[in-house]
Amino acid sequence: MKRFTHNRDKAVNAVKRFRCAEVVELVTAYLEDALDEPARLGMEQHLACCRECDRRLDQFRAVIGVLGALPSEDGLRGDVRDRLMSAFRDRRHRRP
Amino acid sequence: MIVALAGGTLPPDDVVVAALRTGDEAAFAALLDAWSRGMLRLARAYVSTDDSAQEVVQDAWLAVVEGIDGFEGRSSLKTWVHRILINTAKKRGVRENRAIPWSSAFERRGEPSDGSSRPSRSPGEDGVPPGPWKDFSALWPTPEDEALASEVRGQIATALAGLPDRQRIVITLRDVEGCTSEEVCEILDISAANQRVLLHRARAWVRGRIEVYFETVGRPA
Repeated sequence: MKRFTHNRDKAVNAVKRFRCAEVVELVTAYLEDALDEPARLGMEQHLACCRECDRRLDQFRAVIGVLGALPSEDGLRGDVRDRLMSAFRDRRHRRP
Repeated sequence: MIVALAGGTLPPDDVVVAALRTGDEAAFAALLDAWSRGMLRLARAYVSTDDSAQEVVQDAWLAVVEGIDGFEGRSSLKTWVHRILINTAKKRGVRENRAIPWSSAFERRGEPSDGSSRPSRSPGEDGVPPGPWKDFSALWPTPEDEALASEVRGQIATALAGLPDRQRIVITLRDVEGCTSEEVCEILDISAANQRVLLHRARAWVRGRIEVYFETVGRPA
């Protein structure tokens, strides 16, 4: 396979050998550390010699980073917050 | 009064629960302010309007106030509160005919395919895709590039809105609100494998949309 040419002298058969399409499907499992050892090693071996998949992994990480930094939406409406605070106060008064 | 609650980080559950049970208003206010935005975002996936989402979150908090004495600590407080929210939102969603079938979460109908695996273009000679993602690390928000950062956030928000409900709920909980996979499984009552599949499809979709965006604007690498 063309993408392995950079790595033709390495023992790529020592662990599970993944195709790009398989690696794509396993990115989240890999990031969650949910792969078993042979699969994780196979994934890392593929990533080490496939720039496209390695870049896609970086893209996933970057997307996750931006998702975590999205600005908050509007919070509770003032009247809803007031109603909740007063319900909380009432509860205390009911159960002194 | 729990002074630490005002600082942003919440104290351990047992401290917060004890404060709520004794009627500590500052503790309750801190919880409201810490979690309500995320709860609104989540509720919005189940109901059709922002006003409905406000009502769902209100009703969930009222149930928390009523039920806090019965909280047994078998899950985290956050998980417990979010489960109450989901149950409240589901009931409301049923009334609005927007019920979301979690039991069939593996069903593919109507869900976007993994945009990253589509053979939408041929790679370059060395297997590297041509174009704007060539130097990906340079594409993401930096302080001196706030206009781009803002555009990317807008594109991501649009991509999230285009997701099927279950995928959007999972990616919102995990990646936007920062819940752990264990928390998400508990809150939504789904398996770890199911959670991962939904999360992966959602992330792949968002990544694919962002890629398309950068291809369209033709931002130089």
